[in-house]
Amino acid sequence: MSIMVKVEEKLYQNRYIVDENHPHIRIKSEAECKTCETQACTFCCPAACYSKNEAGTVTLATDGCLECGTCRVICQDKENIQWDYPRGGYGISYKFG
Amino acid sequence: MVEKFDAIVIGAGPSGNAATYTLAKQGLNVLQLERGEYPGAKNVQGGIMYAAELEKIIPDFRDDCPTERHIIEQRIWLLGDDNYIGTNYRSEAFNTDAPNRYTIIRANIDKWFSEKIREAGGLQICETTVTELIRDASGKVIGVRTDREGGEIHADVVIMADGVNALLARRAGYQEELEPQNVALAVKEILFIDPQLIQQRFGLKGDEGVVIEIMGKVTKGMVGTAFLYTNKESLTIGIGCLISDFKHGSCPPYKMLEDLKNHPVIKPLIEGAEMKEYAAHMIPEGGYKAVPQLYGDGWMVVGDAAHFNNAAHREGSNLAMASGRMAAETVIELKQAGKAYTASNLSAYKKKLDDSFIMKDLRKYRNLPGIMHENKQFFGAYPDTITAAAHNWFTVDSVDKKTKEKEIMKSFVKKRSVFGLVGDAIKLVRAVR
Repeated sequence: MSIMVKVEEKLYQNRYIVDENHPHIRIKSEAECKTCETQACTFCCPAACYSKNEAGTVTLATDGCLECGTCRVICQDKENIQWDYPRGGYGISYKFG
Repeated sequence: MVEKFDAIVIGAGPSGNAATYTLAKQGLNVLQLERGEYPGAKNVQGGIMYAAELEKIIPDFRDDCPTERHIIEQRIWLLGDDNYIGTNYRSEAFNTDAPNRYTIIRANIDKWFSEKIREAGGLQICETTVTELIRDASGKVIGVRTDREGGEIHADVVIMADGVNALLARRAGYQEELEPQNVALAVKEILFIDPQLIQQRFGLKGDEGVVIEIMGKVTKGMVGTAFLYTNKESLTIGIGCLISDFKHGSCPPYKMLEDLKNHPVIKPLIEGAEMKEYAAHMIPEGGYKAVPQLYGDGWMVVGDAAHFNNAAHREGSNLAMASGRMAAETVIELKQAGKAYTASNLSAYKKKLDDSFIMKDLRKYRNLPGIMHENKQFFGAYPDTITAAAHNWFTVDSVDKKTKEKEIMKSFVKKRSVFGLVGDAIKLVRAVR
């Protein structure tokens, strides 16, 4: 069974209140990502916020973030992710949860 | 001047709501802070709600609580590639005036609970993220700092109900970081569909509901489970695995969910439904051994933030509500006795937990998380072998039954060896005894 999955189509159904220019998650060091063999954030994040880029590092776009914390747990050996909750009222706003 | 309350509760999930309501009902001056746009905006649950713990807090909750369906049938399925084997339990006796289990839509319940809190005199403020605990020179927690302007608020005691990430307790040094093998990531979708189709497909009438818990090939050998629940006008479908497994696998969670939805056994049940939301959430799965320090000078931690989740029985929100209530009752008892919220006095909260089903159940299953994590055959080799055995057994051909038995035994031994099989049985029995 092989099915192409566009996570964007899933995220499109969600309600977000985007905090422009205030990303709540930050990659601390791009160089550190380069040394990461698996870059597991790129296939573990349920919103696909992390993607491998041509420079061999990881690009992060937090707009679709579901605030689960998986990347925080995954990257703790490298400690390369600065993870906070969005400011009050911003971010994912579940209608059903 | 900094505002001061009897108690601050951080978070408006099941544990925080239970704590806040219990405190407010007893006339305490309680402030509940929630970072979401509205109560429930940040919360995710499968979800099944067990009535008993809510009933202890709000005895007449059934009068107006927006539950979905009461559960009359529980299915447990082991999925193979194109088949399933499983057990169902269905009973008319579940059709009572006071059902024990309901499917719910998390956000609806949270909004309802918040109204109850307001009616009881509790103050709930949304759109406010607590950034850190405030401590005095002795280390006692005396309040919280928020992301609002001048956002310092003081209280005699702070109850952290801020969910599985428990950032505040971790940053204060009260908890170690979550280990990837102690926490699962679950993703789910809500699929809206004509209620008549739900009734037809699951054989239901009125508000009767069915829940299906799923194991097997759909987790691709990872330690995890899936589920399909019936709501009034929707279905929720989800799947979750340990983060340590997602980390070493290469299947993204949304792909796993999509494969589940397209599984030949599942697809006909959800056909024609419209997806309205996609959610993800971490679930604390480490059990008894992963429970952190639960109280200290001026603070307690409850719910997911305290790692209260019984993975074996898929129970979480009832442990959350019970722990929130117990923390609140501890505060009330100390206040009535005129005692301070010191660590030694707040240890009464731990005593309540130890005497309750929360710690008793977690203790009973204390070895299960480790065994599941270290023995992937329960999620990889077994589903295939078991469904193949069933297929063989139920195919009527000219092969005699004795030969079929031998073939089936051989297939198990081939996968796991006799020692492996016996060892697995012993491990399982030990883990759940």
